[in-house]
Amino acid sequence: MGSVLSKSLLNSGFYVFSTQYYLSRIRGGHNTFQIRISDSELAAMGEDVDILIALDRASIDRHLGEMSDGVVIVDRDVVELDKEHDSIFHVPLLKIAKDVGGNKIYTNTVAAGAAIGLLCLSLDSLNGVLTSIFKKKGQEIIDNNLKVAKAGYDYVRENYPHGCKFNVSLPEAQEKRMLIAGNEAAGLGALAAGVQFLSAYPMTPSTGVLNYVASHAGEFGVVVEQAEDEIAALNMALGASFTGARSMVTTAGGGFCLMVEALGLAGITETPVVIFLAQRPGPATGLPTMTEQGDLLFALHAAQGEFPRCILAPGTPDECFYMMAEAFNIAEKYQIPVFVMSDQYLADSLFTCKRFDASKITVERHLLSDQELRTKHGDYRRYKFTPGGISPRALPGQEGILVCADSDEHDEFGHIDESQENRIRMMDKRMKKLELLATEMKPPKIYGSHDAKLTLIGWGSTYGPLAETVDILTKEGHSANLVHFNYIYPMPAESIHKALAKSKKKICVENNYTGQLARLLRTEAGIEMSDKILRYDGLPFTPASIVEALREKGVI
Amino acid sequence: MASVEDYGDYETAWCPGCGDFNILKALKAALANLGKSPSEVLMVSGIGQAGKLPQYLNCNFFNGLHGRTLPPATAAKLSNHELTVLAVAGDGDCYGEGGNHLIHAIRRNPDITILVHDNQIYGLTKGQASPTSERGMVSKIQREGVFNNPLNPIALAISQECSFVSRGYAGDVQHLTELLIKAIRHRGLSLVEVLQPCVTFNKLNTFKWYSNRVYKMEDGEYPLDDRVKAFERSLEWGDRIPLGIFYVNERPVLEDNHEVLKEAPLIRHKPQTEKVNGLIDGFM
Ligand SMILES: Cc1ncc(C[n+]2csc(CCOP(=O)(O)OP(=O)(O)O)c2C)c(N)n1
Repeated sequence: MGSVLSKSLLNSGFYVFSTQYYLSRIRGGHNTFQIRISDSELAAMGEDVDILIALDRASIDRHLGEMSDGVVIVDRDVVELDKEHDSIFHVPLLKIAKDVGGNKIYTNTVAAGAAIGLLCLSLDSLNGVLTSIFKKKGQEIIDNNLKVAKAGYDYVRENYPHGCKFNVSLPEAQEKRMLIAGNEAAGLGALAAGVQFLSAYPMTPSTGVLNYVASHAGEFGVVVEQAEDEIAALNMALGASFTGARSMVTTAGGGFCLMVEALGLAGITETPVVIFLAQRPGPATGLPTMTEQGDLLFALHAAQGEFPRCILAPGTPDECFYMMAEAFNIAEKYQIPVFVMSDQYLADSLFTCKRFDASKITVERHLLSDQELRTKHGDYRRYKFTPGGISPRALPGQEGILVCADSDEHDEFGHIDESQENRIRMMDKRMKKLELLATEMKPPKIYGSHDAKLTLIGWGSTYGPLAETVDILTKEGHSANLVHFNYIYPMPAESIHKALAKSKKKICVENNYTGQLARLLRTEAGIEMSDKILRYDGLPFTPASIVEALREKGVI
Repeated sequence: MASVEDYGDYETAWCPGCGDFNILKALKAALANLGKSPSEVLMVSGIGQAGKLPQYLNCNFFNGLHGRTLPPATAAKLSNHELTVLAVAGDGDCYGEGGNHLIHAIRRNPDITILVHDNQIYGLTKGQASPTSERGMVSKIQREGVFNNPLNPIALAISQECSFVSRGYAGDVQHLTELLIKAIRHRGLSLVEVLQPCVTFNKLNTFKWYSNRVYKMEDGEYPLDDRVKAFERSLEWGDRIPLGIFYVNERPVLEDNHEVLKEAPLIRHKPQTEKVNGLIDGFM
């Protein structure tokens, strides 16, 4: 019901944002699906509830307190209530489903119709969505859904005082937009980037990307392999990449723990790979279905020794789409592992986005052609010393040359060489790549005025809540802005200094306990925070919660 | 045509008299006999004295992590199935650290050849028990003698319907060469388990010990697809140790299961970026 309503509201022209709360079990437990709509851009959840469709007692017990002047739709024939509340409005969902649709499975559609009724909108858009999603199930099912949606809608119009509640008017017609979750966007980005090989072991909240790519693997010519464990997954991706396939893995923190060994292998063999790392609260199994940004420093430091890597952290689905593609290009240009860090909040929430533009994506392979090999590389050296540290990459199977990779320290040809002289040169060669890469990393985004007194600082998925917080603060008369990081490592220190030069107070806002970005900014750019707002209860920030924390800390 | 010389002659870090030398010799002879040129061959290995073998062979190689020989080898084959992919491992590497990968590689059945140098000991780390060490073998760690039962890799592979299961002996280069030729030719996962005396650390299973016990199975003793007969044979270990092919099973091969690999190797497919527009429409 949640996604059907979301899509209907999108099609009516609203900006829609939806997010789910669920526990780690297949059925039962308390689950919610929240939808927020607006006539302007939206990328965060609010805290007040206007319409609550309560399908059980727990929903009422837990969320009645969040209602201000709203309506609780509840079927009192099904849900027993021991309290009364002004906002409770009985709708006989089950009875309508059975009487009009002939089956209790239509209860959800009745409720969706009722919700549209309360919003004082027309049913057209809901009808359109129902028709398209049930197309495969046949006309009878479509008709039943349309009938029961109308019956739910009519019930509201006839029984709710004054016929409906919210008097929402349709936004002005605009170009059509997408409704998409971060995971789907990342999967789309990988396909657009020409991913050829994906190996993974399922783990929430990354599985959506694996599923998405797998569901289009045939059409796009991708080989998807479910590995026996994450150790195999990343080792496979490296084997595929070494032989020339654009390769990636998807995982969450726990799975990444097992990949750490192979991460180092990618480092020393200079094998490109994209690691899609969707975070959830740890340590160990933690809170499997909730959200956190607790793995940044882990990704940065994972594996023994030192080697270059790159960390990107998209904040919205469109950034997931474009950055995924960038990740492949960086991985192949620099022959390093590249992380794309997401989290459960970004992975599973539905965002309204401008249409993605696949033509903006380029596929840059940085491979030597057979021709180049014949003319320029008589004695091919996979790890040739070059001024920038990037060696020419050929593939095994190309005629007349051999490609050798070794996890031991090796010479330019890939043969073991344990001499000190070689070690120093190889380390320098590999690490050198970071210098050039740092210049390619884009500066943090500034949202709001460029010379605000109060600067909120965040990274990745907190973009939406932080941007909205800046709007709220600005409206209240504060001088505030957001400096937001998507390109995390290597840090372009100079442009970061520039972005933060004018701000008097710097408050880092992160979904973790220790303030990991704040630490990184200190060590990499020498920038100190004035204070931090940290949330680690498994839930994402809401703008209201950030404003409240700022008040509590006396910042505003 | 390829020759043994094409596969080079390198200085090694192996102990004088090590069984590994003969395995290298047999491998070169097999590859030359099959007419494979070095650039067509990819050796994937883990870590250990056995895992160093690709360093001493003129061909493409990916020398990865201890125990992790099979996942990259499998994926390398998937991404360019025109390569002849061989995975080289020690018994610690393939049966200890990488045991799980072996089981799953057998299930997947990629067309690669696994060559296990089984010296019943950890060589590179100087003499600890391996999964195939005899019960009672004393080491610096197993001071009272090994308690664990030795793994029977041949029986394990047959029980899991591995596509090609064989055993060679580093003391018989000619026989090992023939086995390797058949194993590499076989389409599907081929296991070549090689009895390889470690002259430095394994004082129990010496050349003499093996030579007194090994015997070659005759061709046609039983139909090679008879799993029960093969299994029975795999249990033979003691005064007499059989060498040769135990079991052959023409199972569907992993690469054949991917429609996209039918036209050309994965790495030669062009990205289908424009098709993404259709998917994007679905989110509107
Ligand atoms: C993860 C990891 N653990 C341990 C080691 C140390 N190590 C290197 S080789 C080896 C065992 C070698 O034995 P085997 O695989 O039988 O090969 P051999 O040297 O006998 O040929 C071990 C334990 C390592 N390199 N990596």
